[in-house]
Amino acid sequence: MDLVQWFVAPLQHEFMLKAILVSALVGIVCSALSCYTILKGWALMGDAVSHAVMPGVVIAYVLNIPLAVGAFVFGVGSVMAIGFIKAKTRVKEDTVIGLVFTGFFALGLVLVSKVRSSIDLTHILFGNVLGISDADIVQTVIISGITLVTLAILRKDLILFCFDSTHARSIGLNITFLYYVLLSLLSLTAVAGLQTVGIILVVAMLVTPGATAFLLSDRFDQMMLIAMVTGVFSSVIGTYISYHIDGSTGGCIVVLQTLLFVMAMIFAPKHGLLVRARTSQALNKTVV
Amino acid sequence: MDGISIQIENVTVAYHGKVALHSASLNLKAGTICGLVGMNGAGKSTLFKAMMGFVKPVSGSILINGLPIRRVQKSSLVAYVPQSEDVDWNFPVSVYDVVMMGRYGYMNLLRMPRSLDRRIVRESLERVDLWQLRDRQIGELSGGQKKRAFFARALAQQGTVLLLDEPFAGVDIKTEKLMIDLLIELRQAGQTILISTHDLASITTFCDQVVLINRSILAYGDTSEVFTEENLSRTFGGFVGELPLAKRRLTQGSMSPDQEQP
Repeated sequence: MDLVQWFVAPLQHEFMLKAILVSALVGIVCSALSCYTILKGWALMGDAVSHAVMPGVVIAYVLNIPLAVGAFVFGVGSVMAIGFIKAKTRVKEDTVIGLVFTGFFALGLVLVSKVRSSIDLTHILFGNVLGISDADIVQTVIISGITLVTLAILRKDLILFCFDSTHARSIGLNITFLYYVLLSLLSLTAVAGLQTVGIILVVAMLVTPGATAFLLSDRFDQMMLIAMVTGVFSSVIGTYISYHIDGSTGGCIVVLQTLLFVMAMIFAPKHGLLVRARTSQALNKTVV
Repeated sequence: MDGISIQIENVTVAYHGKVALHSASLNLKAGTICGLVGMNGAGKSTLFKAMMGFVKPVSGSILINGLPIRRVQKSSLVAYVPQSEDVDWNFPVSVYDVVMMGRYGYMNLLRMPRSLDRRIVRESLERVDLWQLRDRQIGELSGGQKKRAFFARALAQQGTVLLLDEPFAGVDIKTEKLMIDLLIELRQAGQTILISTHDLASITTFCDQVVLINRSILAYGDTSEVFTEENLSRTFGGFVGELPLAKRRLTQGSMSPDQEQP
């Protein structure tokens, strides 16, 4: 099979066309947000939120309202619960995060098992982009629109919030507002990511592209661009590969993302392992 | 306002029911450099936080240029340089970007810099001798250069009140000299500068006013009148009088540990 065929043949199926477009869009949105997640140090928070949306998704499914609404309520709710428990008890934050998100996730599992006839657990856990419904596509597009527009408008405020919230506060920015904006976007994109790679792997979409780009650039705008490019690349090519090998789409996407990270880690021009080894070697020589 | 820049009346601040600052009152004239002197835990940082609007006093009022703190924050009137920047030094921003953050308060919703903002950022960077290094990632600066970069951000903010928390702790001589020269320039331009410091020797060299603090404001006013052995011994619990004041660097380490607050 030649390369052109490899790319063109799957597009004859409508479901593949949809899957590729949706995962590309989700790739862009999650990658954009991932830059903020990793700079703020919110990887664990992203993992927590994406797991905690589970009961919200199930309840929304049963009530027949948009999944995003249910996910949003439980995503933000879980973070408020984390904040509340941390403030009122002597338990450390990472413990509280681990405790709350597994609690929510477990609740979601119980709910799914009681309404199993109408909802497929594996689709929630591992994604089902190849079988995505039109309603879900509309929802993903809306979430993506909201996220990208918000990030575009608040880009610099959020950078300052992540970099130096004390200064942000001192010049009159409302950091509580920015905190909840970032959090809400995390909950929303968790829903978008859930369609493609599933709850378990969503955190990879919200962390890995940003981490890869962080190794490749010292400028935020560049970092954002690189994150988006690697995100879209992994999403699209991952979807193709999963079609050709008949394997898990979410799995293929995240494996690709991870490979890109490993390559950046080794070969990055400034922060890569090879360059670092070379400079420390050169230093040793000059010392000797 | 009669040239009064900072007006604090009966301010009490408490954290979780513990009083950190008790009915503090203070009037400071505009266009002065003022040293804020006190032990660790005496309430220096608390006073700064109250002036920044980070903590809400239980009682009392704070006016800066006659404006309440809420309005002060919105207008970027007060610039603050913390003792050590609690930031991620690997963050992908350049020195120029960091100084530009001082201008955000003047920009529109999208924070798009106008030519005025760019000019002020350039001037600020030149004044701290960092213009050549503007494209460096912030973590690639040395310790003293980092300090100057954040000082430049405070300059770019063009407030009328500048709060500096231990600005000379652990900086190189070049940076210290450059900053003192700049502070004197700023005073001439009419800014009010409040510096918290342990370095009693430097107070007499460039501070026109002194505020002595120990859980409350003990005394304030012109350095020549307030900076007396008797006042200082009240501030430091009787430990200063035993040491000759002139040109002696007193640090917290020279005092007995049980004098320090937790």
